Amino acid sequence: MIHAYQLVVLAPYAAALVLVAIPGYRVGAVLNVLASAATLAAGLWLMVSEGVVGEYAIVDEFNVVFIVINTLVGFTTALFSASYIGHEIESGRLSSSFVRFYHAMFQAMMGSMNVALVANNIGVMWVGLELATLITVVMVGLYRTPQAIEAAWKYFILASVGISLAFFGTILIYLAGQPALGEGVPAMTWSLLQAAAAQMDPAILDLAFIFLLIGYGTKVGLAPLHAWLPDAHAEGPTPVSAVLSGLLLNVALYALLRFKMLVAGQPAALDPGPVMIVMGLVSLIFAAFMLYQRRDIKRFFAYSSIEHMGLIVFAFGMGGPLANFAGLLHMAMHSLTKSGIFFAVGHIAQAKGTQRFADIQGLSVTHPRLAVAFALAVVAIAGLPPFGVFTSEFLILTTTFAREPWLALLPAFGLLIGFGALLLRLQGTIFGEPVGPAHRVDASSVPLVLHLLLVLAAGIFLPPALVAWFQRAAELLG
Amino acid sequence: MNQAYEISHLLSGVMLVTSFALLYQQRIAAVLNAFAAQSIVLALAVAWAAWSSNRPDLFITALIAFTLKGIVIPVALRRTVTRLGIHREVEKVVGVGAALLVGLALTGLAQALVVKVASGTASHAREELALALAIILLGFLMMIVRRNAVTQVVGFMSMENGLILAATGARGMPLVVEVSVAFSVLIALFVFAVFVFRIRERFDTVDIEALDRMRGDRR
Repeated sequence: MIHAYQLVVLAPYAAALVLVAIPGYRVGAVLNVLASAATLAAGLWLMVSEGVVGEYAIVDEFNVVFIVINTLVGFTTALFSASYIGHEIESGRLSSSFVRFYHAMFQAMMGSMNVALVANNIGVMWVGLELATLITVVMVGLYRTPQAIEAAWKYFILASVGISLAFFGTILIYLAGQPALGEGVPAMTWSLLQAAAAQMDPAILDLAFIFLLIGYGTKVGLAPLHAWLPDAHAEGPTPVSAVLSGLLLNVALYALLRFKMLVAGQPAALDPGPVMIVMGLVSLIFAAFMLYQRRDIKRFFAYSSIEHMGLIVFAFGMGGPLANFAGLLHMAMHSLTKSGIFFAVGHIAQAKGTQRFADIQGLSVTHPRLAVAFALAVVAIAGLPPFGVFTSEFLILTTTFAREPWLALLPAFGLLIGFGALLLRLQGTIFGEPVGPAHRVDASSVPLVLHLLLVLAAGIFLPPALVAWFQRAAELLG
Repeated sequence: MNQAYEISHLLSGVMLVTSFALLYQQRIAAVLNAFAAQSIVLALAVAWAAWSSNRPDLFITALIAFTLKGIVIPVALRRTVTRLGIHREVEKVVGVGAALLVGLALTGLAQALVVKVASGTASHAREELALALAIILLGFLMMIVRRNAVTQVVGFMSMENGLILAATGARGMPLVVEVSVAFSVLIALFVFAVFVFRIRERFDTVDIEALDRMRGDRR
């Protein structure tokens, strides 16, 4: 019988093959939504099905969290993109033949990310991440403007270097596992490596972790390896920005965390915690300051993603059940909120015909409903109650305060700086004198409202079943 | 068996020499030649590993390296360079002397690091890994010190040659073939991206400096 984890991978790939053959963009968009819905159903099915530890696939509580977020945001983004892409064709930014490939690539990207998430083999996981990266490079360059090509090139170079270094780290892990597990597939299998971690050579593990941290850290967008991220977010189609921030960064983080678990299993190897704490804090504080200088709305929120990924890496670096729980929760909340924000930004960019802050003003006058939704989304990402981001940020800060009071000042400082920039920009876009054109917005607001409701619900009441699930995943992380 | 390791060391050593050769070329055509030579030596090294350790699947990797990176890509890139009429000279950020000195330091670093870290593994695997790491770092260096998009691609591909060498050196590592296929896709896309530059003739140059001016924030 077919298992849910196979569906999560096969459904998007099959859909990609079908979508390439379909010329009409309307049919393609509907199929894209249906395929994403099927993948989401498979992802939800994983929640209730039993865990798997096979030769090439693994399903445990830890990666099911990632898969569910992945398929959920993939589905809502497909929904958003279906209403968004029509406008792009009408305005002449995309031709319908490009949209056909766009849909196929979207599904192939979802499939590749799910491959990376369910893989029980460090090589297969690497291949999945690499494919997802390559597909997003092409999608970022989709508009073929000089800016888009520049962004795609930069993303291409930096991401490929990162992914190459990660591959070298993967080879080193194999070498470290070889004495205990022998030659061949076992020394590349997660579950076996994890069990044999204590017998692995600590020196090789150290070196491997450094390569993996730099390699996958580039894909997570950690400073100073983040240079590709803002450009890639700003120049690609908005649905792509939403999946980049909401999903691809998470998948790279997932890879990093798996290796962290591995290195933590060998007491003689270096402690990955402090390294991750430092990198997380540098990204968080650096990105918070950079927010003030952004003049482009998508670049602005791309830096906000770096800030939040920094905070999440910091939380996982702290480690322990509570900090890991808070990190996982914050990752989920950030994915939902940030992709929601990018949906709103897509609406705004279509309404005003620009992404420049200077030309986006007075939304409350011209588009009152959009202004309210956008304001709520920004308030949510700023970490104000009653939204879920507040809960997770509060948890991260309090658990740090309880353990290392002085250390907690740094993330709190970074978050405050970022908070100021968010409010400043929010005020400018919502209030002020309206300038420039004010087009009608055709794109559907259902995905945005859905995300906001989910984040709000998580902020008000976390169901005990969800808490228990995240706690079990956090315990696996050690 | 000893002879087998000596031959594979010899081939890896030749690859390292071509890595240095990549750094001091003045003309793009010569860079492409040096890269083609490196890829062909890689193909030989992989084929030797396939034969001496009896792993026939590695012959596929060797074949991919030989045809794609030894012949097809250098030829395609040379045609692009000629048709684009971009500067035939290599544009440098750092002079040849400085680049070679840094390269030497990186090679020493790779050697010291691997020998110190991997003291537990067999000596032949360790040497192989040290050479591969040196080639990777030199490819990295080349990407940093050369401005032109074509030479950056060559730097990346040379880095990837080092990775394939490392993967072959790790005895019995599965997936080497699959990974080399994945890398080939990557490189094919890279080359395709350079072709996109040709289509986009509004750039007039593939100098990365010119691209930097297209940064959205400076619009």
